[in-house]
Amino acid sequence: MIQTFAFYLFAVFTIASGAITIMARNPVHSVLWLILAFFNAAGLMVLVGAEFIAMLLVIVYVGAVAVLFLFVVMMLDIDFAELRAGFIKNFPLGMALALVLLAELVLGIGAYRAGALELGVPDGTAMAPVGESNIEAIGALMYGRYLFLFEAAGIILLVAMVGAIVLTHRPRTDVRGQNIAKQIARRPDEATVNVKPEIGKGVSL
Amino acid sequence: MTETFVSWGMTYEWAWALATIAGILLIALPLMLAVAMIIYADRKIWAAMALRRGPNVVGPFGLLQSFADGLKVFLQETIVPSAANKGIFLIAPIVTFTVALLAWAVIPFNSGAILSNINVGLLYVLAISSLGVYGTVMAGWASNSKYPFFSAMRASAQMISYEVSIGFILICVVLWAGTFNMNGIVIAQKGHIFGFINGFAFNPLLFPMWVMFLISGMAETQRAPFDLTEAESELVAGYQTEYSSMSFALYWLGEYANVLLMCALNTTLFFGGWLPPFELEFLYWVPGIVWFLLKTFFFFFVFSWVKATVPRYRYDQLMRLGWKVFLPVSLGFVVLVSGYLMFTRYGA
Repeated sequence: MIQTFAFYLFAVFTIASGAITIMARNPVHSVLWLILAFFNAAGLMVLVGAEFIAMLLVIVYVGAVAVLFLFVVMMLDIDFAELRAGFIKNFPLGMALALVLLAELVLGIGAYRAGALELGVPDGTAMAPVGESNIEAIGALMYGRYLFLFEAAGIILLVAMVGAIVLTHRPRTDVRGQNIAKQIARRPDEATVNVKPEIGKGVSL
Repeated sequence: MTETFVSWGMTYEWAWALATIAGILLIALPLMLAVAMIIYADRKIWAAMALRRGPNVVGPFGLLQSFADGLKVFLQETIVPSAANKGIFLIAPIVTFTVALLAWAVIPFNSGAILSNINVGLLYVLAISSLGVYGTVMAGWASNSKYPFFSAMRASAQMISYEVSIGFILICVVLWAGTFNMNGIVIAQKGHIFGFINGFAFNPLLFPMWVMFLISGMAETQRAPFDLTEAESELVAGYQTEYSSMSFALYWLGEYANVLLMCALNTTLFFGGWLPPFELEFLYWVPGIVWFLLKTFFFFFVFSWVKATVPRYRYDQLMRLGWKVFLPVSLGFVVLVSGYLMFTRYGA
């Protein structure tokens, strides 16, 4: 009983907050609703027994990606009139994208129904083997069967990261950075000098 | 607890629901009491280190000071600035407070005393603690005011930075314990050093991890010396500037509940949780929860100690420490620990 209740709760919240994400006028509200959608999707993952994926969803998407979204969106200067003008202008493009996505969904589901893909039967049996936790099952797959794909994904991400750094990094010569090791290595006797200058003469620095 | 309720003649579903609610209350209510008392303790420790007296008027030794403060803010009016985004402004403190309570669900207080003994306990803690930033960011944005906004920017950057290294540190612990389950991590520390000392912190490979975890924990809970989000010399009171009465109190309670959580995590992950410090028969006569609370409050003393003695970091120094020191070192230790375990425990 409680599973059914929880499922409908999470499902309704996921879809509703997803819809509000699109409809909300204020981009910050959009991101916050998106976060709620992620969170409820994680709840759905827990219900199907994929607790590891659920936690990763919360850690990666809610905890890191959405924070960065919010970070950027918060700093936007929101002009509501301009937003509405953009809506009319972008409407054809948006509709075209929506139609393409719909067609892809229909084709995908159609191909799956027709038996073109061997994904197994959607009867809820795609669970981790009994006595083996989610994490162990995923780890065994990732570091065993799909090791090369996993490594390739890692290398692609590394290249992307290096690329982003190379593109945005500009060496600055006009600032003096703090050299903490040098500061710590300094001793009082080399930092201060006692001088007794003669009257009328200064000290040379 | 569910079994007890079942034996009283309830159906399993009702017994489970009742047991869960009772468990939540059993954790949340003492936690609130503990938060009130550690705010008092914090002020007393701080005062003692500054050679002051601290709160000593309300109740014996000023013990009731926190409750008097609570009553005061409860009776005050909640002011919502007219330019604020009202909904988010009011939700933000609730988010902070709720998130601060959520993570306690997987903390083992004793061998069986854990609200939900889930397989992904540590990941759950990591997930919940990564949510903590939203209360701050939402407050800073919704206040529609300059300084809270700066504070929100700082908070989001700071928490993301330190979560990365905390993640790597926790991976080291998980590698050694072989499980994400919090109770399992505690049991894995039993007799860890020479079969005598309980606790990962005494392991030469994990000791640096513990030091980094303690410091990262201070940065993660925005405690001094990393309390840049509420640096009063620069940002008035940071994200709390526009808050008053209970909404302000919720931030306060949430912040201290988070600090206590970090202390409890230090205890659970590195100092053997509810296990006594040494493997001696007579030490097991003391209930596990006593050891757990003793260790947790000791770490709270350490947090207060640091707050009273260390000056605040500059923001660029904070970022440097997070990204240029902790991240490479913790990443290196992940390689080191997993390599060591590969050769010793799991075989080449």
